[in-house]
Amino acid sequence: MNWEVVIGLETHAQLSTQSKIFSGASTAFGAAPNTQASVIDVALPGSLPVLNKGAVERAIRFGLAIGATINRRSIFARKNYFYPDLPKGYQISQFEIPVVQGGKIAIVSPTRGEIAIQLTRAHLEEDAGKSLHEDFHGMSGIDLNRAGTPLLEIVSEPEMSSADEAVAYAKALHSLVRWIDICDGNMQEGSFRCDANVSVRRPGAPLGTRREIKNLNSFRFLQQAIEYEIKWQIETLEDGGKIQQATVLFDPDSGQTRVMRLKEDAHDYRYFPDPDLLPLELSDEWLEEVQAHMPLLQEEVSGKFMNEYDLTPYQARTLTSSRELAEYFESAARDSDSKVAQLCANWISGNLSAQLNEEDLDISQSRISAVQLRGLAERIADGTISGKMAKEVFDVMWAGEGSADEIIERKGLKQISDAGAIGKIVDTVIAANAQQVADYKAGKEKAFNSLVGQVMKASQGKANPGQVNEILKKKLG
Amino acid sequence: MFEKSVADLGRALAAKQVSAVELAKLYLERIERHKQLNAFLDVRPDVTLAQARDADARIARGDATPLTGVPVAHKDIFVTRDFASTASSRMLKGYMSPFDATVVEKLGLAGMVTLGKLNCDEFAMGSSNENSYYGNVLNPWDKTAVPGGSSGGSAAAVAARIAPAATATDTGGSIREPAAFSGITGIKPTYGRASRWGMIAFASSLDQAGIMTASAEDAALIFNGMLGFDPKDSTSVDRAGEDYTRSLNHSVKGLRIGVPKEFFGEGLQPDVEKAVREALAEYVRQGAVLVDISLPNAALGIPVYYVIAPAECSSNLSRFDGVRYGHRAAHYGDLDDMIKKSRAEGFGPEPRRRILIGAYVLSHGYYDAYYIQAQKVRRIIADEFQQAFRQCDIIAGPVTTSVAFGFGEKAADPVAMYLSDLYTIPGSLAGIPGMSIPCGFGAKNRPVGLQLMSNYFEEAKLLGVAHQYQQATDWHMRLPPGAKS
Repeated sequence: MNWEVVIGLETHAQLSTQSKIFSGASTAFGAAPNTQASVIDVALPGSLPVLNKGAVERAIRFGLAIGATINRRSIFARKNYFYPDLPKGYQISQFEIPVVQGGKIAIVSPTRGEIAIQLTRAHLEEDAGKSLHEDFHGMSGIDLNRAGTPLLEIVSEPEMSSADEAVAYAKALHSLVRWIDICDGNMQEGSFRCDANVSVRRPGAPLGTRREIKNLNSFRFLQQAIEYEIKWQIETLEDGGKIQQATVLFDPDSGQTRVMRLKEDAHDYRYFPDPDLLPLELSDEWLEEVQAHMPLLQEEVSGKFMNEYDLTPYQARTLTSSRELAEYFESAARDSDSKVAQLCANWISGNLSAQLNEEDLDISQSRISAVQLRGLAERIADGTISGKMAKEVFDVMWAGEGSADEIIERKGLKQISDAGAIGKIVDTVIAANAQQVADYKAGKEKAFNSLVGQVMKASQGKANPGQVNEILKKKLG
Repeated sequence: MFEKSVADLGRALAAKQVSAVELAKLYLERIERHKQLNAFLDVRPDVTLAQARDADARIARGDATPLTGVPVAHKDIFVTRDFASTASSRMLKGYMSPFDATVVEKLGLAGMVTLGKLNCDEFAMGSSNENSYYGNVLNPWDKTAVPGGSSGGSAAAVAARIAPAATATDTGGSIREPAAFSGITGIKPTYGRASRWGMIAFASSLDQAGIMTASAEDAALIFNGMLGFDPKDSTSVDRAGEDYTRSLNHSVKGLRIGVPKEFFGEGLQPDVEKAVREALAEYVRQGAVLVDISLPNAALGIPVYYVIAPAECSSNLSRFDGVRYGHRAAHYGDLDDMIKKSRAEGFGPEPRRRILIGAYVLSHGYYDAYYIQAQKVRRIIADEFQQAFRQCDIIAGPVTTSVAFGFGEKAADPVAMYLSDLYTIPGSLAGIPGMSIPCGFGAKNRPVGLQLMSNYFEEAKLLGVAHQYQQATDWHMRLPPGAKS
């Protein structure tokens, strides 16, 4: 009998504001411990929070991008619990009325094709500090630099049915928050992390008991943790066991999940509206202003690429995997004919991406500018250079030696497309290779390729291969 | 000199009849002489005198305000850089804040000279000042009586004229009740007028700073330097500054004074009622009109308050965990144990009681029945004030049911103690301005206060109404016998 898997994700995206959500301290990563903690972050007596508008604006951007309801009035609440890295003894979050409700994210499921994952909500909250349990001789160190960092907690409906779908959703979300420039998406630094709620059931049965896997900060861990969890839950149930609602942690070393706390040990967070903060009221003017500054979204740009440059859906999706990449492609392909645009698309997703990957650079750090790449594509399109020569030009260009035209000129790479000149070479090759000419005439196709090779070699690779084929065929009659 | 009002002290300083340093020394000597009152928790003459020298220099330069060089003392709920800030708790014994509360900073900018920090109930929780870790404050009028609370140190200091003015805070009556018990003038403005930045929070939606002085005129002068929008406090009201002295000389002729019948019911002691009725008669003599009004749900103020205030305090006091500052237990096991022991030792019984009540009313399954219900009734009480203010301009009545009680009389019965704030809590829940002015003496010759309340943002009118009474009476000028030297 089969099992149905039900997965919902809660994602914490760190918002890319310069300062914290309720204080003026910097949010920059990596500073010495406690050097970026203001009196508010340390929760000194008498300090009070003041909301950072930039964080709200980013939440609005997110709501607009996913077609959600943006609540004109939302409430900040206190989530009360004691922990040494939670300075106030409560976290300011949104509980009953979040700023963003509903909306959806489109993903491609390996089994179900294109589907939309509905979102429950997205709310603003502050991060806690960090407890450091090593290097303190039996004591714990507290670093409050992260305390008060703005987060958008994005909660999906439990609509994913496999680890693959969960990862596809997380990737789509990751790409969206970067696309609309609200989060840097740096998973190693914890700017984007997921909690996965996983349960299994028999088809048609009510929802099974869920376990929540906390703090997954890479897509790989997300995949592994969910896969392990599904397997564990199914095995437990098939062995006649029961699932207890719990919060679990994933251990990447063992590849297993282990219980952190059971439901009965869950905190009563005693949520109530924070009396230090007024309800968050969003005016129509503000929403309109944010809307006016929204970039075109990924699907919109991808549609535009298909229309304007005749790209395939796959090409368009690849080139819109980040806004920087899309912008790079656009500046390379803008106002060019579809042949040049196609060449740009192929070179960006082919050689350029490979080169960037190899050197671990992103597109903004590319050593070849969009204008340079377009120059290369144009010379390929007009037949000045062959694809093979283009690779050489590309490599030289990457090394910083100028534009395609300059390189072609300097290296004498210009393709020979003069029929007379090619004809002469062909004549010479035919004369010198009587045996192969005879083989060809006897019906051996292979001999023809060898003759083409000879012509190309004799022209030092500069002869236009299309023309070589044509002329050779004609001369061999 | 110490009998002079803030206004007169300002004038004497401006006329160079006295220097700020001389005044500071005079009050520091009086603080020392009346040490028995236990009004002050931290006095640092070097700090005070340095500020006084700055004030003198400023007066000499000619850029003084009417407050420059006038001494003031701060309730120990306001954090200060130069004096310890303890909230009268063991939890914060010796705590030095790296910043000044906005109220402290603003009065400092106006040139007022800080005499020190004043005793109060621990974290402003109490009505008798018996909840201070640092001991009781005595009522200067009768040293066997409480001065009221939670701003008991502020009230006693002004009553004994060991400070011409003292800041205070009011959450449910913590300015008005001690002002009444100690025979002085005390006012809390509209919620949001005074910045809460740097006020050690008790119940954030109710806490509001105010001032205690001998007279309404003095309070108006200080409000000019003390109130105003503060971007550091999100609940601060963004309104243009105003001159709180502008209505002092307005006649009360034709003023409609609403007298809520619920404030004169069972429990009100006859001595208090008599003094209050006589004060109302004085207003009638001046041409005001008394209007019978009703605040039908005012009595629900106490249960509502004792849900909302503890709920907020249970959360506000969570930061005191012994991790970053404040008291930490000497011996403990793991982290949880450290937090538990530090809090159990650092907090006195009243904060502990309120934290427990607050945690209970916010907990799962009780939240709707207590906290949400209390918020609904709070709204109803606020609406009833708005209805009342359609019939009258000012509301007047008693501040307390009785004059100051003796030490220990109510200490064992928290509910009896909570009822001390029966008449002050409704105005706090609504967030309207309220004040207490001396209006005579009751049993055992202990002072009686008259409570005056106005609608939102009508502090100037309120102060004017109080001032008109004080022009015709001298209760506010009287000194406790022991304070005359």
